[in-house]
Amino acid sequence: MNKKKVINKPLEARKASPLVVSLSAVFLGIVAGCVFILCIGKNPFAGFERILFGALSNTRRIGNTLGMSTQLILIGLSVAFAFKTGLFNIGAPGQMLIGGITGSILAYYLPMDMPRIIYLPLIVIASMLTGALWGFLSGFLKAKFNVHEVVSTIMLNWIAYWIVYDFIPRFIIDPTISVKSKPIETVHTLRADWLTSLTSFSTMNYGFFIAIVMCVVVWFILQKTTLGFNLKAVGSNRFCAEYAGIKVNRSIMISMAIAGALASLGGLTYYCGYSNIMEMGKMPSEGFDGIAVALLGNCSPVGIFFSAIFFGILKMGRGSLAATGIPTEIADTIIATIIYFTATNVILASFWNGLFKSSFSRKEEAVAAALKARGDDRGVDKLSKEEFKQLAKEGKALVAGKKEGR
Amino acid sequence: MELWSVITSIIPSAIAYTIPILMGALGGLYSERSGVTNLCIEGLMLFGVFSSAATIVKLQAIPGFSFNLAIVIGIIVAMVASTLLSLLHAFAAINLKANQVISGTAINMLSTAVSLFLAQTITGSGNITIVRAVIRQNVPILSKIPVIGPLFFSSTYWTTWICLLLWAASWFLLYKTSFGLRLRACGEHPSAVASAGVNVHKMRYIGVMASGLLSGIGGACILVTYAGEYNAGSGINGLGYLAIAALIFGQWKPLGILGSTFFFGLCMTIANMGKVFPIFQSIPTGYLGMFPYLATLIALIFSSRKSAAPLASGEPF
Repeated sequence: MNKKKVINKPLEARKASPLVVSLSAVFLGIVAGCVFILCIGKNPFAGFERILFGALSNTRRIGNTLGMSTQLILIGLSVAFAFKTGLFNIGAPGQMLIGGITGSILAYYLPMDMPRIIYLPLIVIASMLTGALWGFLSGFLKAKFNVHEVVSTIMLNWIAYWIVYDFIPRFIIDPTISVKSKPIETVHTLRADWLTSLTSFSTMNYGFFIAIVMCVVVWFILQKTTLGFNLKAVGSNRFCAEYAGIKVNRSIMISMAIAGALASLGGLTYYCGYSNIMEMGKMPSEGFDGIAVALLGNCSPVGIFFSAIFFGILKMGRGSLAATGIPTEIADTIIATIIYFTATNVILASFWNGLFKSSFSRKEEAVAAALKARGDDRGVDKLSKEEFKQLAKEGKALVAGKKEGR
Repeated sequence: MELWSVITSIIPSAIAYTIPILMGALGGLYSERSGVTNLCIEGLMLFGVFSSAATIVKLQAIPGFSFNLAIVIGIIVAMVASTLLSLLHAFAAINLKANQVISGTAINMLSTAVSLFLAQTITGSGNITIVRAVIRQNVPILSKIPVIGPLFFSSTYWTTWICLLLWAASWFLLYKTSFGLRLRACGEHPSAVASAGVNVHKMRYIGVMASGLLSGIGGACILVTYAGEYNAGSGINGLGYLAIAALIFGQWKPLGILGSTFFFGLCMTIANMGKVFPIFQSIPTGYLGMFPYLATLIALIFSSRKSAAPLASGEPF
């Protein structure tokens, strides 16, 4: 029996894949960035060259980029997880702060001689639990009181901001600089000596591996478990899921709790790995960048991994822009433009769909012509991929010849 | 009486804090009533703050240029700039049928990034401070009335009266004219309106642009009244989201949002000026700062259950 892959999905062949749509959003975002740089009379190519130089030119910079990507991966996963259940989690900054303050307080008070093998899992679990509680709050409000999760998470962001503002001077203040917490000793952060020396003192830490593990865990939950199936069902059609006997309210709460735990883990890697202090009165903007990461990655763990690295390059590379006189905020502008274009992916998708559709139907026409010339009576959808390609080539010449003949 | 003096100093400030939130919520009202969910009030207001700050600073630097005229021009520029930004949201939401929540969030981030980017190129720093804001004045005659006079008519900004006028005009426009009826119907049952021969897309564009215009005024009011500067670091502290919450709390009705925004304005005043009053002095700054957001959350718990949201809000047509 012929087990070659047969083209029997003509509909899919005519549709743009999410990857193409995401890449065109990136392209448009970069074009918008170029336009902004041109507007202030600077050279955009020099700007992007500096960004790449600043992010990737030596091991230390690569380490820093991966260190920055770590929290972006985790927050992207958090946003994506909620998104799969039809919830929009823009509470990641608050959840990060909660995770960060939990980790920082524990790092400050736990004994220094505690073995790391016990210490590290302890702070990871503690910060995940507090973050889960913080995320659960907005899920609970949504499920029980119908409070829109966007508004409630924003309010919880500011509440977390003021909690941190209150907790830093209360528990972990650095007496010499009264607006920052006392730097955490390196043994109590997520940094590892071998990683630090490997990447010549960069900010890369164990968090990166935690993030990769979480990518796998999220993929597993969403694709391989009943819980994941239920959550996705609620996300695609709430009423249908309810009719099928899935507990919608419970799913919303669980989903927000897991999203909160992931974002708060991102906060832990940010405050106790990437950096080792917390500042009073500062909302981490990485929480909002996580939305871009999730959307650009099409909410799939693999996509999120790569889009987080891309945004990590943008965010770390912009530091080197100073030499060209371009404001570093260009990176944020590009990120925001990319989100706008991913939100409007309908137009991108329909553009590519139209293009693919016309090219596919042209190919189909060519194949049909070639089959006719050969006297083959098989349908187009019965051909294998190689045959299809071959016949398309033959047919093209035939169709072109016919047109000239006319 | 000590309590009376506390009240007379809180209420005028509360009104000053209320007005920007009221303008944002009123903008949200237009947009949501026409059927477009608008979460980008925050971004639109921030853009209003930035554009008016940049304009006023440039104009006030010209020797001999009238300070008050500069402020008026600044407010107009903010209106235009925010309306232009809101067009981006309108285009995404109405023509491209995009996810309106994501598009709104994108506009918020875009506004933060673009305004900071432009501020860096214009002034070289993330802050723009204007030389002189609107001066508080007592309303003649009315401020002499006992009780009401010192509460509502003394040391007011002239912008407050314009904004209240806009609020009243909006109420009239939305509830007493056929245009208002059509706009509201677009948010409830767009296909019915379309079958009556009204262009739903046009009405929704008007709704979103009105929200941009009003949020721009709101942003400019923040600048020319109590803030006096554009600060990229703190932005506008989530006031735009408070406006959306006020819209929900006020059940999408003009009178309702007037009441709810005043409540939030009062909370903001207590948070920002709490340290001045002896009764709040023992409370730590963190708890005072948290108060408006916590109050909002609690208010939402009580008001979200039987939500009177426009039926078709957020649904592309």
